[in-house]
Amino acid sequence: MEAILAVVIGVLYATGLYLMMRRNIAKFIIGLALLSHGANLLIFTAGGLSRGLAPIIPEGAEAPAGIIADPLPQALILTAIVISFALLAFALVLFLRTHQEIRTDDMERLRSTDR
Amino acid sequence: MNAWLIAPVALPLFAAILSLVLRTRIRAQRIVSVGANATALAIALALFNAVRTDGILVLQLGSWPAPFGITFVADLFSAIMLVLSGLMGLAVSVYGLATIDEARERHGYHLLFHVLMMGVNGAFLTGDLFNLYVWFEVMLMASFVLLSLGGERAQLEGSIKYVALNFLSSALFLAGVGILYGISGTLNMADLSLVLDQPAHHGIINMVSMLFLVAFGIKAALFPLFFWLPASYHTPPHPVSAIFAGLLTKVGVYALIRVFTLVFRQDVDFTHQIILILAAFTMVTGVLGAAAQMDMRRILSFHIVSQIGYMVMGLGLFTELALAGAVFYIMHHIIVKTNLFLVAGVVQRLSGSNELKKIGGVYRAAPWLAVLFLVPALSLAGIPPLSGFFAKLTLIVDALRGASWVMAAVALSVGLLTLFSMTKIWNEVFWKPAPEGTQTLPLAAIPLRERIALLLPIIVLATCTVGIGLGAGWMFDLAQQTAEQLLDPRDYVNAVLGVTEAP
Repeated sequence: MEAILAVVIGVLYATGLYLMMRRNIAKFIIGLALLSHGANLLIFTAGGLSRGLAPIIPEGAEAPAGIIADPLPQALILTAIVISFALLAFALVLFLRTHQEIRTDDMERLRSTDR
Repeated sequence: MNAWLIAPVALPLFAAILSLVLRTRIRAQRIVSVGANATALAIALALFNAVRTDGILVLQLGSWPAPFGITFVADLFSAIMLVLSGLMGLAVSVYGLATIDEARERHGYHLLFHVLMMGVNGAFLTGDLFNLYVWFEVMLMASFVLLSLGGERAQLEGSIKYVALNFLSSALFLAGVGILYGISGTLNMADLSLVLDQPAHHGIINMVSMLFLVAFGIKAALFPLFFWLPASYHTPPHPVSAIFAGLLTKVGVYALIRVFTLVFRQDVDFTHQIILILAAFTMVTGVLGAAAQMDMRRILSFHIVSQIGYMVMGLGLFTELALAGAVFYIMHHIIVKTNLFLVAGVVQRLSGSNELKKIGGVYRAAPWLAVLFLVPALSLAGIPPLSGFFAKLTLIVDALRGASWVMAAVALSVGLLTLFSMTKIWNEVFWKPAPEGTQTLPLAAIPLRERIALLLPIIVLATCTVGIGLGAGWMFDLAQQTAEQLLDPRDYVNAVLGVTEAP
């Protein structure tokens, strides 16, 4: 399972970075989304995959019965998803405003602040 | 005093909520803004005093014991950064009273400013890597909106570049956090420092440390990752670029110094050598970039990059004296750089532009403003007895002691080129007569109340610069104590994990 996920993460990073290097801003934003999905899956995989139970100790017991799944990576991913959702929403609005203002979606034309 | 550690985060949050409630009443928002920032500075000073007398302060949020919950820690380094961010927040919020237009205020300028300060302070206080990520995002989210608020063409273009690279940096940071958790099973920095000390898997730790170096390097504008900075910092209104210039990249430097003194210290020969090389390139490219610019704020933006090189050079040399130099440099730089952007704002107000070719004659029109420019400008270049001289001196002395001749030579020549840029601004903006058809107003042309709001922060910050220079002995002792704490993290680790060492 780890091997499959590793390949998936690699593909997500590769496509994400490829799209980020395109000149089109819309593709760029899709690239950002893929990149953050890749990072989330990476946390999930690196945190250790196990077919465990929910980490709840039964009533009266001192320790959980059997193997449990580590809840922390899931909590981290949940937080990261919320944050990247907000960032993407902002990036889309920024793209929309830029498109309305400058009438282009080509990165190469956004160079007036570089000179 | 420990419970007060939450205040630098809670207070801006409260102020932000208050400005949201008061969003139609601009006067009330302004009062909240200045009041909250003044209180934040007072709290930061109290915390700093407590850390100096009682040692490291620790707050376990929700009373979860250390490696499991989120910890807020204030050692000397954090406390110094808190004081600086409080001072900058207050200075810029006063300055903003006279410069931010009502449309921006109505659309949440004050609210965002508070959120920005919350993110910055949270990043300085947290002792947990994932929590650091969250505070970075809080800070970035506020800075994205502050940068693009107003929607002018240049602002939108600058924002796209800024958002793009910072988003990438966050994704890399997150990946690093994930892998580190996979290796060590903890994200508490003090705990990580213990767990990673076992020499079991150096290779993978070095790999992760490079992920962190790139992620924080983008935020700190290290070579070759700095391009977003000079493309965006000159686009928003002056108070916004002043607070960005003063604090945001320094949060990146803070994070670099924190993780590379506390967590990644297993293979100093490898990691810190790379940092040192990057620092040299950062200094040189920044200062050469500045030499080619003809806009006041763009020159200053490139100088941020070159100055970051000095701070990171202190980390790369990794001796007590070098780290003391880096801490001293941060204290000096935050004050000076913010002040220069504030002066640029007044110049814009008087002559209508920041482009060197279009303006001139500011010395004739406003001689005192010229003096107020010279103090931070000469300090930036490292002229004694101002603060920048002692900061550079410490770093260069350490480079010479360690026989890093190249670093010493680079640091010295970059200082010279900095002086060149500053004299260029002086000649073009202040000394040469105003170009045909333009006119530079005297300071008296600005209404009295606005004049006070504009000049008071500049005067206070310039006084701080002179004060640091004159009280360099005291400041250096402080920086050295900080460096001792950074170089030997046992106290930090014990304070966080609640271990009392046997005597």
